[in-house]
Amino acid sequence: MTIGLGHYLTVAAILFTLGILGIFLNRKNVIVILMSIELMLLAVNINLVAFSTHLNDLVGQVFALFVLTVAAGEAAIGLAILVVYFRNRGTIAVEDINMMKG
Amino acid sequence: MTMYHLIVFLPLLAAIIAGLFGRKIGDAASMAVTCVAVIISAVLSWVAFYLVISKGMVVTVKVLDWIDSGSFSVDWALKIDQLTAVMLVVVNTVSAVVHVYSVGYMSHDEHRPRFFAYLSLFTFAMLMLITADNFVQLYMGWEGVGLASYLLIGFWFKKPSANAASIKAFVVNRVGDFGFALGIMALFFATGSVTFDAVFAAAPDLAGKTFHFLWKDWDILTVATFLLFLGAMGKSAQLGLHTWLPDAMEGPTPVSALIHAATMVTAGVFMVARCSPLFEYAPDTLAFVTVIGASTAFFAATVGLAQNDIKRVIAYSTCSQLGYMFFALGVSAYPAAIFHLFTHAFFKALLFLGAGSVIHAVDGEQDMRRMGGLWKHIKITYAMMWIGSLALAGFPIFAGYYSKDMILEVAYAAGGVGQYAYIMGMAAAILTAFYSWRLLFMTFHGKPRADHHVMEHVHESPMVMLIPLFVLAFGAVFAGIVFYDGFVGHHWKEFWGSSILILENHKAMDEAHNVPFLVKVGPIIVGVIGIFIAWIAYIRDTALPGRVAAQHHMLYQFLLNKWYFDELYDRIFVRPTFWLGQLFWKGGDGKIIDGLGPDGLAATVVRLAKRASILQSGYVYHYAFAMLIGVAVLVTYFFSAMGH
Amino acid sequence: MIIQALAFYLFAAITVASGFMVIASRNPVHSVLFLILAFFNAAGLFVLMGAEFLGMLLVIVYVGAVAVLFLFVVMMLDINFVELRQGFLQYLPVGGMIGIVLLIELAMVLGGWVVAPEARSVAADPIPALDKVTNTHALGAVLYTKYIYLFQGAGLILLVAMIGAIVLTLRSRPGVKRQSISEQVNRPREDAVAIRKVEPRKGI
Repeated sequence: MTIGLGHYLTVAAILFTLGILGIFLNRKNVIVILMSIELMLLAVNINLVAFSTHLNDLVGQVFALFVLTVAAGEAAIGLAILVVYFRNRGTIAVEDINMMKG
Repeated sequence: MTMYHLIVFLPLLAAIIAGLFGRKIGDAASMAVTCVAVIISAVLSWVAFYLVISKGMVVTVKVLDWIDSGSFSVDWALKIDQLTAVMLVVVNTVSAVVHVYSVGYMSHDEHRPRFFAYLSLFTFAMLMLITADNFVQLYMGWEGVGLASYLLIGFWFKKPSANAASIKAFVVNRVGDFGFALGIMALFFATGSVTFDAVFAAAPDLAGKTFHFLWKDWDILTVATFLLFLGAMGKSAQLGLHTWLPDAMEGPTPVSALIHAATMVTAGVFMVARCSPLFEYAPDTLAFVTVIGASTAFFAATVGLAQNDIKRVIAYSTCSQLGYMFFALGVSAYPAAIFHLFTHAFFKALLFLGAGSVIHAVDGEQDMRRMGGLWKHIKITYAMMWIGSLALAGFPIFAGYYSKDMILEVAYAAGGVGQYAYIMGMAAAILTAFYSWRLLFMTFHGKPRADHHVMEHVHESPMVMLIPLFVLAFGAVFAGIVFYDGFVGHHWKEFWGSSILILENHKAMDEAHNVPFLVKVGPIIVGVIGIFIAWIAYIRDTALPGRVAAQHHMLYQFLLNKWYFDELYDRIFVRPTFWLGQLFWKGGDGKIIDGLGPDGLAATVVRLAKRASILQSGYVYHYAFAMLIGVAVLVTYFFSAMGH
Repeated sequence: MIIQALAFYLFAAITVASGFMVIASRNPVHSVLFLILAFFNAAGLFVLMGAEFLGMLLVIVYVGAVAVLFLFVVMMLDINFVELRQGFLQYLPVGGMIGIVLLIELAMVLGGWVVAPEARSVAADPIPALDKVTNTHALGAVLYTKYIYLFQGAGLILLVAMIGAIVLTLRSRPGVKRQSISEQVNRPREDAVAIRKVEPRKGI
């Protein structure tokens, strides 16, 4: 059968949902959160490229390029913060990050 | 600046100087300023009296524009007519005398400037009251004397009993003043003005007219005059609102002489006389006035029998004599009432100041049971007290004879409620004689009951205290004879001019001279009987009072405790008011207003904040979860919204 | 066609499965490796769609740099495996329900939505036919002309990210010998040079 736009979008949707679940279902460590964010961004990219192909418009791919750039930058900073945090606290368990408790 | 301005405002000026700068200028200067001011006022008032009465120079002197609001316009003006002139003389003379007396009596006090300032302030307020041209000014003076009374009764503010007494005086007065204010408003409602001239001119037309209030029609003049009389009842300590007067004896003796004998308490009598054009058209109120006055006269005399404090006896005597004045007013004999006011001022002030002299002599003791055997040591005071008592009892020649007899004659002549008043008056006369001589005998005669130390130091008062007594004694002796003809005698109509209105059908004044002979000499006879009984009880057989009191124990207690009025009022008014106040304070203010308002809100905010702070768990993934739930809800909402 | 469909389903299935394993894995290193697998398969999907430049970019940048970075950090941090893993099931009911709700809504959107017929004609940058230019060529033609500013902006973002990462993690350790150039340059003559009179045959 012809693989149409909908199929790609479905895949992207599932990946996005998985990413969201990963953020708050995990009680393990913060790295999983960062990886879930990457998953979500990947889903978005798939979406953009799918539309770009379907509508025959390069803009989608250009946009996906930029998303990729920002994702990389954000991953770098996020991990830097994580490293410094680990230096100071000695743990990256999610439950221990509750100093903002009101 | 006319003479009248000086008369009224000099005491005010003196009060301000002594009050604000007393500490700077010193005690002597304060006393000098106030005494000089009041003496000048007194001299000028006699001049004014002469001018108004013999020359008929009735004037209204405008001082300044006061209120001008739409159709309501009130000026501050001095209305000088015959009634005013008489009152000016009374107030200023007694005030001057008391000022001078206080120089001696209060010589050991540290707060003299304050005392003299208050005395002068009181004088000014009283003068404002009697020279008032309209009801609002009268009310201002009314309140002013109430204030001065409060300040002076509570002058020794370190004594808790003095503070309580001053508050009691003020609060009881307030009850009366409330009625008075309502009366003024009723008159404004009916006539559209508060100036005396305008209201009195409108009175004849209002006679018999009614107005609708609540469920029935009320006669407007009866209601207005009744309310005005309530004010008089409060200020003049008539039966029902009298409870403050005996307690007012907590103040220094000069205060009692000035305020609670001669001037403030007579403000009620003055007010009713001033409003005679209104009262004449309200016969129901007049009847009420008569009954109240007569009952007060009798009641106060009975209580005075059993009191042991020398000042309280004289205080109840004042209350009783005021009752006389009121029932004279009630039978439309306004001149007779004012005449008695005039003479009473002299001899009652004399009695009070004399009592002050006695107290000064026995080093502050006021209980008569601890006096006795003093007459040899303080002969002048003793003589003065005799003169005062003779005047009070209505002995011929002395002033009281003329005025008191006149009152009893008009009461008899009036008929109706006047008869009740006459009987009460006669009963009170015999009691008056009795308690006055009881006072004399207990204080001055018999074996000394004070202790040895006090008796050694008994000394006559200094001249500065005796001269005022001489002045008052002069008045107590001669005021009656000299002024009888003018005030109530054959020439009373020319004397009073248009300051007092008496309708044709109220004939008591005219008929008074036609009463039976027995009525005319009755008071003298009962007076002598009273003196005789007192002599037996306190000179001949000094154990008699004790036996009688023991035999009629309940009656004695009833009289000693002032017919239990204070206890009754405490039960009916004071305790429920306190309970109500407590209820509103704790329950109303505390629980409801504070509870729903500031405190309640604050507590609720704290509670909600505690609950809300649970959301701030500190875990980022909780926050992310919350955001996600929000997104899901929003998307669902938009789906359902767009689906329709 | 059938190859295409087969390839799609293969790539898609592995992507989704790896995504699931990323979040479900106990070992963080496993999570990272599964992430890498997901990226590879997503790259394959991109190539299937005809965006091969992006697909390769995914492999080089995402896998080669970002995922390896993840791996570095995971290895560097001393993570205790045992104490992890608890509490996963606590939020599963609610979380799972929310996820399913979202999924359903996404599906509804996709199901009820139709592309407008004229959408194709309003394309901003029509993709040229593949036999004329490659995807890379087409992207380049557009990127360096129309979107040059955005391109430079992206570069700036990366610069900032780099500086930021260094600043965040830099720490000065005591006992490390380093130069302070400004101090060296600003040294006054008196501290550097000292003139001594030297006696012959004596030394300093």
